[in-house]
Amino acid sequence: MLFSISWRNIWRNKVRSLVIIFSVALGIFAGVIASAFFRGMADQRIQKVINTGLSYIQVHNPGYQQTSDFANYIPDAAKLTDEIREISNVTGVSRRLLIQSMAASAETASGVLISGVIPDEEKKVTTIHSRIIDGEYFEGISRNPVVIGKKLAEKLNVKVRSKIVITIQDMDNDITSGAFRVAGIYSTDNNMFDESNIYVRFSDIQKLTGFPQNAAHEIAININDNDNLQFILSNVKSITENKLDVQTWKELSPEMNYLTEAMDMYMYIFIIIILLALLFGIINTMLMVVMERTKELGMLMAIGMNKIRIFSMIVLESVLLSLTGGIVGIIIGAFAAKIGETHPIDLSMWAQGYQQLGYDAFVYTSLDTVMLINITILVILTGVIAAIYPAYKALKNDPADALRIE
Amino acid sequence: MNVIEIKSLTKIYNSSEVQVKAVNGIDINVKEGEFTAVVGPSGSGKTTFLNMLGGLDKPTSGEVKIGGVDIWSLTSRQLIDFRMNNIGFVFQSYNLIPVLTAGENVEFIMQLQGKPKKERAQRTKELLEAVGIGDRINSRPSKLSGGQQQRVAVARALASKPEFILADEPTANLDSKATTSLLELMSNMNKKYNTTFIFATHDQRVMDKARRIITIEDGKILKDEYFNRD
Repeated sequence: MLFSISWRNIWRNKVRSLVIIFSVALGIFAGVIASAFFRGMADQRIQKVINTGLSYIQVHNPGYQQTSDFANYIPDAAKLTDEIREISNVTGVSRRLLIQSMAASAETASGVLISGVIPDEEKKVTTIHSRIIDGEYFEGISRNPVVIGKKLAEKLNVKVRSKIVITIQDMDNDITSGAFRVAGIYSTDNNMFDESNIYVRFSDIQKLTGFPQNAAHEIAININDNDNLQFILSNVKSITENKLDVQTWKELSPEMNYLTEAMDMYMYIFIIIILLALLFGIINTMLMVVMERTKELGMLMAIGMNKIRIFSMIVLESVLLSLTGGIVGIIIGAFAAKIGETHPIDLSMWAQGYQQLGYDAFVYTSLDTVMLINITILVILTGVIAAIYPAYKALKNDPADALRIE
Repeated sequence: MNVIEIKSLTKIYNSSEVQVKAVNGIDINVKEGEFTAVVGPSGSGKTTFLNMLGGLDKPTSGEVKIGGVDIWSLTSRQLIDFRMNNIGFVFQSYNLIPVLTAGENVEFIMQLQGKPKKERAQRTKELLEAVGIGDRINSRPSKLSGGQQQRVAVARALASKPEFILADEPTANLDSKATTSLLELMSNMNKKYNTTFIFATHDQRVMDKARRIITIEDGKILKDEYFNRD
């Protein structure tokens, strides 16, 4: 009956309670939608980094990542690639030859990272092929095709079919050059990436540098679901007999991993600030409730309601008041965030700034159930904290004095 | 058999300038089944006396024994439980819980006592029928007249099966018809359940029904008279 009394008490002053419920709902709605927005933004950023080159898991020869030494390669990479492809839930495996070089057009030159890839394999790992905005992905040019980013094309002032010269150091440490023709121009919305990454066929760069045919600097692995990451990681490690560096995207790009954690932390701080502001409103309401009902509380004490029950009744009333608003806010926020999962929020007005930082101009929201549960707990906690002082005031009442009030 | 034994009961209020003896050394016993009115002019100490009797106001000195228990030697927690199980209250302004129905108001105290649901429902129905408003069991206090609300209050006071019921000016807010009817009801309850009733009142109609009248003035018992009303 305590629950029933507390719930009905809320509706004794409908306008006052509705104002508080509306305030809490609005605050929580803002928190949920902001959380879904920033989480979606971070998820998209991570997914984009994974899809454009990082992939879920990478395999390197020990020490390669520290030095990027051209001669430090995985000798039997082709065989290893075939074995990894057999692991369940692996959707693509691509071996890459990586080399820092200078790409030059007739007008200017720029430092780039060349990825020598087998196009059909690379297609299953990254999405560069789907981001071609001009020309084709390694098609249309029969000899030495190259796929370059839009930003680099603008910098070098080249178009599809234009010639660029790549200067590199070969296996004998000699400087050598090769003429390549632009087959396609891609755009990932990340200007920094587009300016510094170019793709050539593995066989072309291998011949130019004298690199071993079955070797690779890097094996990139794509999987069907991030939830399977640890399972596949352990399988790959076992295939490589722990002789190679096998790392997930979280280890390869820790800043991406921290991005989600940091976003979540900012969101909790944001929501706690909202709840702190609401806390004072709820305290004020509960104080009014206690003062208005001094006589009634005195009567309850007189007829035998003990202090624990009085305290519980007031706390419950405060929690129900906050929670009603909180649940309304969560439902509306979750509903809006659900819509945002399929209908992106358009930030194209500020697209240039976002793209410079590697973020998309269209943000799909991403709802995190754990965060919703934690928000609910925080709302309950706010209700409890808000009731402590008013409940303490109520307990200080003397029933005999309270009953004398006219 | 004495339900209540009071010895040298005194209550002194200390204000900044003066000391007021609201109750000044009262000695009295109340037997089971009595229908007693405590009367006296305003400020005579009736309500303070009743409050000390009901475990609401702590006496400055003296002793209140209910069923042999010195209530003011109990801890505050024990005293609350004691009130719940042994004393029924009827207030001047009814003081029902406005968000509960008549039935729930009566049931509430039994729930505090931890009585089983079936027993609570049965007793609630029985009591509301006994006070004549069985058909209003699902009505909230705001939908009931003053007389009906006070009947609910009487039923609530009886619900915990107390040793006695303290009623502070129970008819003060009622019209004459409702007063007559309520007094008839309480008299019947007194006879039916042998419950002891103690009223603080100015109301001559209450005094006319009482079988014992204790007159208080300046915190002291002026008269203690018994009447045969049969």
